[in-house]
Amino acid sequence: MPFTRGEYPTPLLRSCAVLVLALGLSACAVPGPGEAPDGIYDPNEGANRQAHAFNKRLDSALSGGDGPGVLSKVPAPVSAGIDNMSDTIRLPRTVVNQLLQARLGRAARNTLRFGVNATVGVVGLFDVASHLGMPEDKSDFGETLYVWGLPEGAYMELPVLGPATERDAVGMAVDVFTNPLYYVLSWPEITAALGVRVADKALTRAEYGDSVDALLYGSADSYAQLRTIYLQNRRFELGDETSGGEDYIDPEALDTEGF
Amino acid sequence: MVQHVLTRRGALVGAMAVGLAAGLPGAALAVTAAQAEGLVDKLVADINQVIASGKSEAAMIRDFERIFQTYGDMPYIAAYALGSDARTATAAQKKAFSSAFSGYISRKYGKQFRKFIGGRIEVQGTQKVKNAYQVATTALLRGQSPFDVTFFVGEKSGRFYNMYVEGVNMLLTERTEIGAMLDRRRGDLDAMIEDLKRAG
Repeated sequence: MPFTRGEYPTPLLRSCAVLVLALGLSACAVPGPGEAPDGIYDPNEGANRQAHAFNKRLDSALSGGDGPGVLSKVPAPVSAGIDNMSDTIRLPRTVVNQLLQARLGRAARNTLRFGVNATVGVVGLFDVASHLGMPEDKSDFGETLYVWGLPEGAYMELPVLGPATERDAVGMAVDVFTNPLYYVLSWPEITAALGVRVADKALTRAEYGDSVDALLYGSADSYAQLRTIYLQNRRFELGDETSGGEDYIDPEALDTEGF
Repeated sequence: MVQHVLTRRGALVGAMAVGLAAGLPGAALAVTAAQAEGLVDKLVADINQVIASGKSEAAMIRDFERIFQTYGDMPYIAAYALGSDARTATAAQKKAFSSAFSGYISRKYGKQFRKFIGGRIEVQGTQKVKNAYQVATTALLRGQSPFDVTFFVGEKSGRFYNMYVEGVNMLLTERTEIGAMLDRRRGDLDAMIEDLKRAG
């Protein structure tokens, strides 16, 4: 029976989806029994630890060692403007992914949010939409894969990009292509947009400088801390209750004698 | 006839009593849920007061340690963080660990709470899950998107024994860290306790 147009996605979209699914399914390994203690499945720990050591060296080189760097001296309104602009640039990607997740209400709200902030908000500098009851709401292709039912896969720490799961790594690769904005902008505009995204990342690192320093340089095993914090936070963002380990901590189930 | 009315009244009162009794467990739970939320309300008010005091970091950290000890189930939090290594610990080691851990966690989380200056925490509501209450709050900090902080209060202890910040579970995170500190000392608990006194 022939497919009718409008009822089914275009052949190109469909074959893309099939390709991505195949990629994702083969990439995301599922832990066997006992292979994920405390909800952590990390079969490539050795390679991941090497990437972690590299990322730490990179971070300390970029943040310039001790003391607050230049970035922490950026005035708050400027960094807020860059943060808002970065969010606006990312919004079309969120909308595409929420459509793929069949979350139509949120996709519609984010479309409106984009429209408001890109115009009234002066090319995204001001987050007007938040004050109109449309708060920031992000999504990515990693979440889409979660919604489509792909397993989380093994934990991984990627050089430069940082912590991820196999599912999120596939998502990050696909998200290079999912923002429609980059298809309609000209090259100078794309360069500017990418510049804003990178500046936002740097400013966020500076804003959370103390917390990140405490985690990366104050922890006895910063790799293990980052791994558990990343996985817990990501599962919380996704609402993923299937990948975690211990789900309920019983306040009466411990022998506290002597403590 | 009178007898009959009395019996009817008796039956009515009896039915009301049954109804009340049936309602009571619910009522008792509601009170405890309200108490759990009340505890978090007071905890949050205390934290906000310390933040607004404008004291030095060292003085604030002392205040946070007092808050942890007033509202927190510290023996439970310490025992959970030490994990299975608690089984081989002596009574003296457990005591020393508890004391060092209390200081460590106050320094670590006290420094984080200092970022709340100019912000506030709002209690959203309470939900009972098994033998604990989850008190959901939202942290509204200046120049930041609001984020979720959930406090867990034990039904029996009436004290908070865990909190989640954007899904990140304090107990699990601290057990990972204490485990790493022990590994670094090749399992020497006394050496780890000495490290813990300076950590955080």
